[in-house]
Order: sequence, then C-alpha cells, then structure tokens
Amino acid sequence: MGYSAFQLLKEGLTGNKGWRPVWRDPEPKAEYDIVIIGGGGHGLSTAYYLAKNHGITNVAVLEKGYIGSGNVGRNTTIVRANYFLPGNSEFYSHSLKLWEGLESELNYNVMHSGRGLINLFHSDGQRDAFARRGNMMCNQGDDAILLDRDGVRAELPYLDFENTRFPIYGGLFHPRGGTARHDAVAWGYARAADTLGVDLIQGCEVLDIDVDGGKVTGVQTSRGPIRAKKVGIVVAGRSSQVAAMAGLEVPIESHVLQAFVSEGLKPAVNHVVSFGMGHFYLSQSDKGGLVFGGDLDFYASYAQRGNIPMMEHVMEAGMTLMPAIGKAKVLRSWGGIMDMTPDGSFIIDRTEIDGLYMDCGWCYGGFKAVPASGWCMAHLMAEDRSHEVAQRHTFDRFRTGGGLMDEEGTGSQHNLH
Amino acid sequence: MRLTCPICGDRDRREFYYLGAADYLDRPVEGEAEATHRYLHLRDNPAGVTRDLWQHEAGCAAWLVVERNVTTHEILQVSLAKDEIRDAR
Repeated sequence: MGYSAFQLLKEGLTGNKGWRPVWRDPEPKAEYDIVIIGGGGHGLSTAYYLAKNHGITNVAVLEKGYIGSGNVGRNTTIVRANYFLPGNSEFYSHSLKLWEGLESELNYNVMHSGRGLINLFHSDGQRDAFARRGNMMCNQGDDAILLDRDGVRAELPYLDFENTRFPIYGGLFHPRGGTARHDAVAWGYARAADTLGVDLIQGCEVLDIDVDGGKVTGVQTSRGPIRAKKVGIVVAGRSSQVAAMAGLEVPIESHVLQAFVSEGLKPAVNHVVSFGMGHFYLSQSDKGGLVFGGDLDFYASYAQRGNIPMMEHVMEAGMTLMPAIGKAKVLRSWGGIMDMTPDGSFIIDRTEIDGLYMDCGWCYGGFKAVPASGWCMAHLMAEDRSHEVAQRHTFDRFRTGGGLMDEEGTGSQHNLH
Repeated sequence: MRLTCPICGDRDRREFYYLGAADYLDRPVEGEAEATHRYLHLRDNPAGVTRDLWQHEAGCAAWLVVERNVTTHEILQVSLAKDEIRDAR
C-alpha cells in the first residue's frame, strides 16, 4: 500500500476506516535462502536491501517480540556523520546519505530532520581536536563548520557560556546531523521489505542454530525448525547469547545506557547539542519532550535499567550546561542493552562457520547506522564479501590488533567507550 | 546498587571502579597470541550470573571479585581478588 496526500485526505474525511495492516503476518516456511535473526532496525534494513539491491526475496526475519520492540523503538534518535577514523568515517557518511533519501526510498515518513548538531568545546586543545575532526568530516565529503563562542551563542543562546569549570569556547557544527523518528524507521523498512516478499515472523524466538560440518543449515525456533542456506545474526543487545548457540564467543560485553525524556515543552531546542566534557547530550522531540542522556553506567548489565548515580550525573550535567532545564520535569527514563566492543566500533563480518554472518557490536551508536548497516550486511550475505565502506569492521582486527578503530582514543577495553 | 567490600563494609556503587570480567585474573604467558586475544577481548558475557573485577577506588583500593546477577543487579558475593588468585594457585 502506497501513501499519498490524496489518500490521507480521503481517510481523514471518512473516519480513517480504510487503513489496513501494512505488512503480512505469515507462517514460517520450512526453508528460506536467508534467515535474519532479529527484527530490529538493522535486521529489517538488511532484509530490505537483500531484496532491493540483490534480488534475494526468499528471506525471513525472525523476531522474538514484535517489530520495533527493541532498541530501535527506544533510543535518542540522533543521526550524524561526524566520525574521525578511516572506516567509521566512510561508513557513517554512507549512512547519512541513505537517511537523506530514505523517505522517498521507502515512501514512508521517518521524520528525518537535518536540524544540525553542535559538539561543544571548552579549551584551546579541544578546539584544535575539533578543528581536525571537522577537516576529516569535510575530507569525507560531509559538512562541518567550526563555530567560535559568538557563533554558538547565536545558535544556542540558552546555554550557560560562563560556567567556571567548562566555559564554552565554541562548537563544531554539523548542519546535516539531526534526528529521525525511531520506530518509524523500523516500520518503514518492515513495510518495504514485506512488499518485496520478505516474511516478517514476529513472536518467533530462535532457540538454537543448526551447524553441520562447519556449515550452517538452519535454526530451531519456538515455532519449529527452519532450514536456511545462510543465517545472519543481527541481534545487538543479545549477540553473545545468539552467537553462543553456534558455539561462538564474540568480543562483546553488554552494558546499560540510560536516557531520559522531559514533559512536553514549547519549541526551545532547535538542534542536537552535545556536551562531551559533561557526558550530556540533548535534543527536543516533535512532541516537545527534551530527549537527553549521558554516558554508560560502566558495568556489565542486561537489566534494561540503570542506577541512580548516573541519573544524578546526567541531571547535574544538564543543569551545568543549560540551567533553564531545571524547570522541566522528567517524564520517563529507560536503560538499553549495548553491545560494547573493545574498540567502540561495530562488526559486520563472516563467522568461522560457513554461511553464518554477524552484524553486532553497535555500542551506543546503532540508530544512525540502521540504513548503512543493512546495506552492508545485505552485501556481505549476498556476495560473500564485505562492502567497501564496512571492510574494516571485522572480527579479526581484535585478534591481530591491526586496524582497531578506537574513535575516542581511550584504549581497547569494553568499558572505556 | 551497593557493594559490600570485605574490608570496608557496605558502600555506595560510586566508590567502586568497574574493570570487566574476572577473565582479567588469568593473564596468559607473554607471546601466546591466541590466548592474549581471548584474555583481552573474548567474553562469555552471560545474561545471568557473572564474576567481574571491581576496585574499591574511593575506599581501601582493594581489587574485588564480585559475583552479580546482571539481569537483576543483585550482588551475590564479594571477595578479595588476591584471595581468589591465591586459591587458584
């Protein structure tokens, strides 16, 4: 079903009775060419690009819960391409370009808003580092503008510029950065993949992965066995558990990241603002809620909730940066499970089992990667070789120590990113 | 979340630094590349009971092995890392 202004008008005038479910609810078939485990943003975009770019439509996406019930339905929705290191730089650049064409590609309003992102800096040294990062972004073909203090003041007059510990010296402005509607991205890809013939099977938990003679042959699920020529594990948050079904151990430790939403307020924050020194970032949703968060809780966790010390820290950082935020009430908070890799960068690679592929290790930055992750995972599974913008994101970089992508320069250890 | 340090007693989580899984206690012999890879990077990462290393950074500075249920944040046992190492030997 396509969407149009005419249809919207017609349905609006006739009581919205004509809308129908936009994807099927099929029974799983006995065999598929490709089975994708995980119906989150990355799994759905993988299925979509398998069908769209590679013509492989005999594909099933197996989702334990319902479409959009994982991290894709609960995140702080930021979309950006301001990475520094070769590998990440070209990948996120590709992803942002896909975001910018996504609504016409999917004929679905994902509410992508290139409202601009500003990373604040607070010292001469940090200014130099950000100037260098901005040059790397421009070299990649993306956009970056180094703002001085007055430049930031013109855009973000509501910040405290004179803070004693972290006075604002300026900011790196990434005009094409912004936000998108998190679950609409999942719904858009789900609908588009379904239209191309992909079976989206919800309420179907994978219990085991069948391996015969070093080659994957299918999966055992709560809705029976399904044979498959190739299987993709796209389950960030539960990568270790699903990999273990195939006897694999992955370089991932799961951590909790918290985020917060305030009550709805009148439009005040027009950008995405990040305050790295205080571990705080902020944007305002279209409903008016301030959406903000901070750092990891810094201990392994699957609890999907964090602890009070980090909440307090985030609130303090918010008050430091933007004292007016103290008037707003926090409406809700949540904690998501993050696949933390030792270097803080993701993995899209083959495994040591023939026909079994993994897309994992997104740390706390998976949302912006949804389009390019699917694009590259589909390429890898269809052609059995890495896409050029994801070829550095291998498992092997940890084994050899060559080509680690430690974007923050903090060291190759799970809890340091 | 609170941890009971065997030396200092029941303390707030903020006094402790988390390093990672207790795999870090089994340092491999220098030069064993595969073992070093496992030691540094590969983790069981269970959604259940884990053993991890914490340091009572803002207290006695002792290294601790903490048994936790990571799906509930329940602390099951806290012991001194040096005792764990001695027992292993």
